[in-house]
Amino acid sequence: MDITIDRIMQNFDVLTDWEDRYRYIIELGRKLPPFDEKYKVDDNLVRGCVSQVWLVTDVRDDDPPVIEFRADSDAQIVKGLVAILLSLYSGKTAREILTADIRSIFEKLDLAKHLSINRANGFASMVKRIHELALATAA
Amino acid sequence: MNSPLDILTLQPPEAAVRPALPFDVRRVRADFPILGQQVQGQPLVYLDNGATAQKPRAVIDALSHYYTDQNANVHRGVHHLSQIATDVYEAARRKVATFINAASDREIIFVRGTTEGINLIAQTFGREQIGEGDEIIITEMEHHSNIVPWWMLCREKGAKLRVIPMNDRGELCMDTYQTLFSQHTKLVSIVHISNVLGTVNPVEEIVQIAHAHGVPVHIDGAQAVPHQRVDVRALGCEFYTFSGHKMFAPTGIGVLYGCETYLDTMPPYQGGGSMIQSVDFDNITYGNTPNKFEAGTPNIAGSIGLGAAIDYLNSIDFDGAAKYETNLLEYAHDALRDVPDLKLIGTAERKVGVLSFTLSDIHPHDVGTILDQAGVAVRAGHHCAQPIMKHYDIPAATRASLAFYNTREDIDALVSGLHSVRKIFG
Repeated sequence: MDITIDRIMQNFDVLTDWEDRYRYIIELGRKLPPFDEKYKVDDNLVRGCVSQVWLVTDVRDDDPPVIEFRADSDAQIVKGLVAILLSLYSGKTAREILTADIRSIFEKLDLAKHLSINRANGFASMVKRIHELALATAA
Repeated sequence: MNSPLDILTLQPPEAAVRPALPFDVRRVRADFPILGQQVQGQPLVYLDNGATAQKPRAVIDALSHYYTDQNANVHRGVHHLSQIATDVYEAARRKVATFINAASDREIIFVRGTTEGINLIAQTFGREQIGEGDEIIITEMEHHSNIVPWWMLCREKGAKLRVIPMNDRGELCMDTYQTLFSQHTKLVSIVHISNVLGTVNPVEEIVQIAHAHGVPVHIDGAQAVPHQRVDVRALGCEFYTFSGHKMFAPTGIGVLYGCETYLDTMPPYQGGGSMIQSVDFDNITYGNTPNKFEAGTPNIAGSIGLGAAIDYLNSIDFDGAAKYETNLLEYAHDALRDVPDLKLIGTAERKVGVLSFTLSDIHPHDVGTILDQAGVAVRAGHHCAQPIMKHYDIPAATRASLAFYNTREDIDALVSGLHSVRKIFG
């Protein structure tokens, strides 16, 4: 992901119509780097009742270590939300991940409802999984 | 039911039932406070009734009245409030019995919902009557709650599930059904109306065929009771289960109807207070049905709410409501057929209440998210019926499900939302 979370937030500000915002979210999803089919296995699956997310992580051995994420979803809006999340989290240290205020960012984007723990949605479980991983790396 | 002793019990005033004026959707909508709400700045269009229905003021008031003026535990105290609570609780049981035309209120067991009702049958009748090599007939269109309890029982006992297949319209293959019986068949357990397809199954015929083989029948009526009058004696089934919350009553209350001759011989479900006649450490005698199956303090408020929902349905011309819904479903079918790339899942000749569909290759989660932005509440997913998804070779579907308070404007909002979806993903 070349785009930063700040840039995404600026672009969101310009879009006042909710249909345009969702078009932009979908567009962000389409720009995610291709996700190799061979990684779409159960071990990488964050299961939801309706849609699912696949998440792969690489910990780069810097000091402190940096965590890279790659992800995909079968639903396009979820995939766009995943892209926003990766712009915030991928290539960051565990400390940066744990201190980023995802809720306030999603509230500003008017997308906070997608963070609610709903079994329909693999996305909220993915946020939880990223946090757990950051905690494990920081430990 | 009218023993001379009845005059001695303290009868609370029963809720006054309004005379049945012809069904009028505008008047009925005004009875449901939640329908006046706005979602995302737009009027709520609630089309997720298959998941749970909204509650009329009469039900909400009954709950409030119970907790404000009548609350006590039932079947225990000699005091004034306990008498009243017991009377309204048992009055609710009688209302249910009348509503489904059971022979006696002893045939009405209060449970948490359809799921618990089915588990109760599996754990009592099932564990006693079904053994190694025996067979249970279900259908391809069952909700998971009418698959998993039987699957678990089969695993435990070494029994087998036999499945009635369906055609691509979502209708059961009755010819195949006839061939599934053997000397090992112990139960037929089928859904009355499919929660995904809306198919109204020919339950009378299914019962007749099962009885010709000497096999009892359970019918899962969760999606039937909100849409049409059910008469368990006309159906002739041994068991019938349904949930209160899908028929405008509170969550956490449901009904298992069981024909008395079966209930009498079945062992109890859970052990505890209320279900016994006498207890000492060497010997326990169980009570009679329905108490035998209702261990512990029951959902008293929920039962009273269910009774209030039944009074409400009787007050609005329920048969007129059913006719209105049939017309609305036809209108919705025609409207959805005009949406390009929309494919209806479930096109049975006899169908009520449910419109499941796919929209080109757009994920149902995406469809549901955009519709939510338009204030339209639908369900997206596999609807706890994965075998149906498998039949149509789809991972999930979007479902709009109707109640009698929905209008043509609701359908128009759905269609306009679907056009937005197509534009956004186009």
